[in-house]
Amino acid sequence: MTTELDPLATPSGLDDVLDDLADGAPAPVARPLKRIKPREFKPSDVGVLALTAASSFSIIWILFTQLTLLSGPLGFVVMWLPVFLALYWFVNRQLFNRQVAVDRVIGSIVTMGAILMMTPLVLLTIFVFQRGLPQLTWHALTHTQQGALYTPNSKNIGGVEHALVGTIEQVLIAAVIGIPAAVLTAIFINEVGGRFTKSVRTIVTAMSGTPAIVAGIFIYSVWVIHFHYSGFAGALALAIILLPTITRGTEEVLKVVHNDLREASVALAAPEWRTVWSVVLPTARSGLITSILLGIAVAIGETAPLIMTIFGSSVMNTNPFSQPQSALSLLAYRQIKLPIKSQIELGYTSALVLFIMVFAVFILARLLSSGLGRKSGRSSSRRSALSYVRWTPGSAIEQEDQGPETEIELEMDPFGPDPGEREPR
Amino acid sequence: MTTQIDGEDHKLVATSHDPSVAESLRVDGVTAAEIEAKGVHAWFGERMVLEDINLVMERTRVTALIGPSGCGKSTFLRILNRMHEIVPSASLAGQVELDGDDIYDPNQRAATVRRHIGMVFQRPNPFPAMTVKDNVLAGLRFNRIRSNRKDEIVEEALTKAGLWSEVRDRLGNLGGALSGGQQQRLCIARALAVKPAVLLMDEPCSALDPGSTLRIEQTVKEIADEVTVVIVTHNMQQALRVSDKTAFFLAQDGNPGYIVEAGPTTQIFESPSDPRTADYVNGRFG
Repeated sequence: MTTELDPLATPSGLDDVLDDLADGAPAPVARPLKRIKPREFKPSDVGVLALTAASSFSIIWILFTQLTLLSGPLGFVVMWLPVFLALYWFVNRQLFNRQVAVDRVIGSIVTMGAILMMTPLVLLTIFVFQRGLPQLTWHALTHTQQGALYTPNSKNIGGVEHALVGTIEQVLIAAVIGIPAAVLTAIFINEVGGRFTKSVRTIVTAMSGTPAIVAGIFIYSVWVIHFHYSGFAGALALAIILLPTITRGTEEVLKVVHNDLREASVALAAPEWRTVWSVVLPTARSGLITSILLGIAVAIGETAPLIMTIFGSSVMNTNPFSQPQSALSLLAYRQIKLPIKSQIELGYTSALVLFIMVFAVFILARLLSSGLGRKSGRSSSRRSALSYVRWTPGSAIEQEDQGPETEIELEMDPFGPDPGEREPR
Repeated sequence: MTTQIDGEDHKLVATSHDPSVAESLRVDGVTAAEIEAKGVHAWFGERMVLEDINLVMERTRVTALIGPSGCGKSTFLRILNRMHEIVPSASLAGQVELDGDDIYDPNQRAATVRRHIGMVFQRPNPFPAMTVKDNVLAGLRFNRIRSNRKDEIVEEALTKAGLWSEVRDRLGNLGGALSGGQQQRLCIARALAVKPAVLLMDEPCSALDPGSTLRIEQTVKEIADEVTVVIVTHNMQQALRVSDKTAFFLAQDGNPGYIVEAGPTTQIFESPSDPRTADYVNGRFG
């Protein structure tokens, strides 16, 4: 029974023979080597997967829509998946052995988990693009809300230019203030140390748990009350938000720089600052850039701390140091609450622009962390530079560098019977 | 080598800001110095790990430190270039003299000591973010030594470490891209580039394959002409092959480590005076 499926499998020796023929070389007298890849997911395996999925789908379809009065896609999926898993296990158990069946089923569960995790993100992206894209015109990007008419059939609904300028200015100022402070704090915690290490780390942890609105209230009470609303006040609040994010990210990255390197530096008579500057930071460079940009991405999207600090504005104000400014997040928040459809649309446009900005920062993070070494023709060695930070567990940020491939296959026993080589039972 | 720092004459100290001094350090041939431990004791916290170590490591000779794990060889080695003190709980007593100057003298800066007494570690640790060339020059850079003959220094150091022919075309590659054995020789070149008087090696071959080990041993023999080498090894044959003098360390039943016997390597291996040494070098324990 098990042999019947074998013709589906690619005869692995065939490729070698074809290669030899293509080279025009006389076919060797010796038997061509039969190459095996024990972990390969063969076309026949894909077939098994597809057929199992299809038959479990069919079973549930009959059960769900024909035999019972159930309805709804969610219920369908919830019923379909367990039946699929059970069937998949059974089929693999019959075709191969218990080990393969367990491996495949667990692999499927993990893959489903990954898909489940991706779903909200994909849906969110689709939603924002669907609502915001139609109005995302050059006009919207180059006009403020000055002169916009808040009536249902207004032709001039205004644009997001003032908010875009405001967001960029506020985030840049926040970065200039926050990044050096954050990196220095991380260096203090991880490299310098001393009596206050623990309390500083506790404070940073507490800060990262502080609600963003509290940062806004804080800046409101110590700055805005004395100097009035301004983009700069918003930037101060954002700096408070991005500081703990970057500090913790940087600390993680510094932690995984191997201590051997610090010792080597000290043994070369380097002063402490030199060890940090010339050895630790360059080694952690890619992770450092990633954590900084992640912090900036977090700050770009913040709304709560801006409400009480920049106040919002419908006209262009390019001076962040005086008068209220607008920001994309704040504009989206305000517009979506309005009772006029065209104005709500503008809010979605604002949200979409914000979304694209955050996305651009993420892409920049990936490009910078993977591309810096390559610029000077050192591509081949980036891996080894990273290998110093790679193997230590617990660094979520470094894992960013390992590319999109997620290891979802579970390790099969390499000495277990190979599906293609087994004896028929 | 005689220059001054903080207004005080000291043989050891060289002001790194003075390029002429830095150059002279590099130019003259033999810089090796004798290093001597006098009554060295060491503690981690309250636990004494070394007791009364007296050992002379002669100029331009290779001294091997052998003994079972945990007997304090590495601690002793790290005392010799003041790396011991970077462990917060560590303390020590006694003197270590480099050509007669106590390296633990209060006027002595640890960084200066470490520049004259280089170190190679158990695991190859080239700086992964630096090129091969920058790795070799790291010591000069860290000590702000300016030089207009950096290329020569790189070639010289790499040649001494037996690596030049393999990496001459790859000086711009990152140090981490080399093989394990090459990385370790790069670390040796990095340590040699600042012309140390003494080179300490802490089991430099334990992470390497036999071929690379042989290359390193060859390198050790060659550089011993101009630098005093102190090498910790677990490999009896290695000690026999490379060293002129051997010190056998032992720590028993949780007591601090001490030197059972030290002397010319041939004597330690062929006619040791202490039965424990004989047992150890013949592989009967440890």
